[in-house]
Amino acid sequence: MTAGLDLGRSQTQPIVSDQDVVRVRKLVRTVAVETKLSLVDQTKLVTAASELARNTLVYGGGGEVQVSTVDNGRRKGVRISFSDSGPGIADLDLALTDGYTTGGGLGLGLSGARRLVDEFDIETAVGEGTRVTVTKWSR
Amino acid sequence: MALSAEEGNRLVGLLTEHAERITEGWTDRVTASMRNRLSRAELHQQVQEVHRGLLLLGEDPTFDQAGEHGAELRAVLSELSRLRARQGFTATETALSILSLKDTLADLLGDSDLEALRSYRAYSQVIDQLALYTVESYTKAREELIADQAEQLLELSTPVVKLWEGVVAVPLVGTLDSARAQVVMERLLQTLVDTGSPYAIIDITGVPAVDTQVAQHILKTVVAARLMGADCIISGIRPQIAQTIVALGIEFGDIATKASLADALRHVLRQTGVEFGRRSRRET
Amino acid sequence: MERVPVLKIGEILLVSIQVDMEDQTALQLQEDLADRIVATGASGVIIDITALDIVDSFIGRMLSTIASISKVLDADTVVVGMRPAVAITLVELGLSLNGIRTALNVERGMELIAAARSDEWDSEPYEERAADGPLATFS
Repeated sequence: MTAGLDLGRSQTQPIVSDQDVVRVRKLVRTVAVETKLSLVDQTKLVTAASELARNTLVYGGGGEVQVSTVDNGRRKGVRISFSDSGPGIADLDLALTDGYTTGGGLGLGLSGARRLVDEFDIETAVGEGTRVTVTKWSR
Repeated sequence: MALSAEEGNRLVGLLTEHAERITEGWTDRVTASMRNRLSRAELHQQVQEVHRGLLLLGEDPTFDQAGEHGAELRAVLSELSRLRARQGFTATETALSILSLKDTLADLLGDSDLEALRSYRAYSQVIDQLALYTVESYTKAREELIADQAEQLLELSTPVVKLWEGVVAVPLVGTLDSARAQVVMERLLQTLVDTGSPYAIIDITGVPAVDTQVAQHILKTVVAARLMGADCIISGIRPQIAQTIVALGIEFGDIATKASLADALRHVLRQTGVEFGRRSRRET
Repeated sequence: MERVPVLKIGEILLVSIQVDMEDQTALQLQEDLADRIVATGASGVIIDITALDIVDSFIGRMLSTIASISKVLDADTVVVGMRPAVAITLVELGLSLNGIRTALNVERGMELIAAARSDEWDSEPYEERAADGPLATFS
């Protein structure tokens, strides 16, 4: 986390159902547009958010998301934090490996989402849940 | 740094009572500093606008320029800075438009007594702050101008050309940095959608050097185009670039590469089943 | 829950996906399409994703599945209308959508399906084939 960061507005949203994942996408899109991210950056961020929101629902047993605008003095950005009190990730290194997925097919989980954002932070412990925080800055 | 109510009111008094003398003297000084590159009439008008703004600011005797009474003045100064920036004047010349007021006031006040010197010092602080605001506005305007020009340059240097039914070409010219490559990529892909062209020829004849980053951008563009249902051919690969690509171990895989744009076009047309024949010459 | 409409145009089924499908809606679409392919004997499926502003791994999986199911039912699938920002994001995400054919728009998609079918028929002696034109009609 950068020091001297100004966290502007912040919105929280529960993730407990299918519809919630859609709501998260809409929320992130709105904030990304407000923060004047380019179209491609918006798309990347919303896509990452969709992946992470689904992870929270499917693997984390439900949780919540917090979307905030941030300002580091030079640029504005969007910070999104997904948290759940699910089983946690046992082997984090494996989960972050390129191409790793438990869902079968094209799911690329965390490594994919990480490539789409500028900052990626994950805290997890078995039996204690998971928190993933990502940030995308405007150019 | 705010003025005391007394000082503020006195300044307003000065500015009002001696309005004409002040604006005339002020204009003279500004005209001189501009070395006659702008007409006196035009400068006089601008000085009068600033003068008006100052009087409005003076409705708040502390002359707090950041407050709401300063809004008009800030707008005037901002506009003035923007204008100067576009006209190509320096930051100093722009600031002098405001700072010239100080000398004019000094003349008016004289330096005979301590009172006058104290007043001058106070007014000076106000004017200095306004000058700083002007320089800030000027700098911002310059930066915007440069950003605009950079964008225009980018637009001009990355044309997307329709070569044939369903074939577009992007002749890349100059060095490709990450930002530029991004813009080119997005424009190319958008053009594919807009024109419904399933083929794009990316010609790199005009690119002096290709490094790993540039190659990766081109590769990503091709993969993205394929995802969308179009295909890309890369043309204009000079011998040196071919050597660099091999040396860097860059794999173009199954992406078609041709030496020239003409070859690439011929290749695409053949794919789409177009054939060329030469008409036989007739005897007259 | 919304259902995505499936239109029949000649021998082709056209599906236009609206924005922000819930995961459940996507699964329902897979089922509905399989039913319709069998019911109509369709030879091709065109999935129009022009309206999708993101394609995440879930949608990617859905498209893959539809393509596979259609193939088993002897129909060709083409995905059309992918937005540039989506394509760029998918490249970054590392999602290759292997085995899924794509085209720029519905018209091109139809041409592609017709070409694929006529390639198959090339190996059979069949006189009444139209010489050109994407939708051959047989009297």
